[in-house]
Amino acid sequence: MGTETERFRVKVGLAEMLKGGVILDVTTAEQAKIAEDAGAAAVMALERVPADIRVQGGVARMAAIEKIVEIQECVDIPVMAKVRIGHIVEAQMLEALEVDFIDESEVLTPADEENHISKHRFTVPFVCGCRNLGEALRRIGEGAAMIRTKGEAGSGDIVEAVRHLRAVKRAIGTLTVLDEHELMAEAKLLGAPFELVAWVAEHGRLPVPNFAAGGVATPADAALCMTLGAEAVFVGSGVFKSSDPPQRARAIVEAVTHWQDPARLVEISRGLAEPMSGLEASKLTSEEMLSRRGW
Amino acid sequence: MRCGVLALQGDWAAHLAVLDRLGTAGLAVRSAADLAAVEALVLPGGESTAMLRLMEAERLDERIADRIDHGMPVLATCAGVILLARRCEPDQPSLDRLDVDVARNAFGRQVHSRVATVELAAALGPPPRLDGVFIRAPRILRAGPGVEVLGRLDGEPVLLRQGGILAATFHPELTGDLRVHRMLVDRGAHDGR
Repeated sequence: MGTETERFRVKVGLAEMLKGGVILDVTTAEQAKIAEDAGAAAVMALERVPADIRVQGGVARMAAIEKIVEIQECVDIPVMAKVRIGHIVEAQMLEALEVDFIDESEVLTPADEENHISKHRFTVPFVCGCRNLGEALRRIGEGAAMIRTKGEAGSGDIVEAVRHLRAVKRAIGTLTVLDEHELMAEAKLLGAPFELVAWVAEHGRLPVPNFAAGGVATPADAALCMTLGAEAVFVGSGVFKSSDPPQRARAIVEAVTHWQDPARLVEISRGLAEPMSGLEASKLTSEEMLSRRGW
Repeated sequence: MRCGVLALQGDWAAHLAVLDRLGTAGLAVRSAADLAAVEALVLPGGESTAMLRLMEAERLDERIADRIDHGMPVLATCAGVILLARRCEPDQPSLDRLDVDVARNAFGRQVHSRVATVELAAALGPPPRLDGVFIRAPRILRAGPGVEVLGRLDGEPVLLRQGGILAATFHPELTGDLRVHRMLVDRGAHDGR
């Protein structure tokens, strides 16, 4: 269907529609309905939320087919699902299932420790995580239609999300002040395709929407991501590991819309039940850091 | 004339960019005070359930409906059309200001989204077609007698006008074609005189 350019335009088009929204991790149809009623712009269907993956260990894979279908049948908002990094066949299966977006995600156990999926030939759009601009542009080079900073999934600690958002923002700023003779050397340093580096230098932004993820537990965390340049926010364990998920989901949805209005954020946050407890990201070992996965 | 874009969720920034290209002052509308400061309004693409939820806080839905009743020109795209429709499948609340019935995501999930040629009525000026970006688009199941069809895709209505309301089931804000937005801006400027 259509030319490659048209196809990419339609993929990025859906990412555009999700802007200013919250994408919530859900593991059951019931949770998906709670997410939709709370005003989520999309849901991410998965087997276990990242906090449980951490605790329970074992290989984390694409969600069961029945689970994805059950979630697709109960909501009208877009349904995303995760595949392991480099797992081409899981991605082909999710496309056959007609999920609306595929997250090639570091939260699942990687299937390939060198390569990510080439995403150009797929009709379904992909989102990929990044810690810095080089990683973002490599994923876009492979065909990702949306980038999300990784943060540290399942931690409830926003510090890694902030680190990654700032890293991307700072590197984009740097590119815009380099002169054209410096761009190839910078592309080499970033490990990113030259054409994309030149595009970012000219436009001062990523060529696809840039969302945030990993460690969002409060409305203030979500608003902070928006303040640092994210265009929408993924929330994993932060809602369904809190003591009142519908209430917290609604609050985070409102915070992403009204992130520039502190008085409104106070109202939104007043009287909320307990957030998820969380793990301090700086206490995690290198092997425990999910954000280190991906290349 | 100041034109607002409902900026609760969705691709409102793309609409503001188009208004900027047309030389029209735009404003992101998130509150009742913002709404009071504009003479025309765009309801953007995004997720209609998310927008409905976010409109509850200051009863923005009722306020927008009231402004429409008092003649404020509106351009609704995709989710915006669902917000204005009389009825929606599956059933959900709406502002009920456009005499159409729509089915949400009626062309299927994202893998069925596409760029397709929309045949235009003369009112939009030449050429008689434009590239329509259809993203999980709604389908018009019924359009009332007071609704004029300005654009069709494979014979089906995709661009409609009813009084001061313009409604597109596709995304004119995602292409370089400014004609649909110009129609809104011209109407706003005319009413403002």
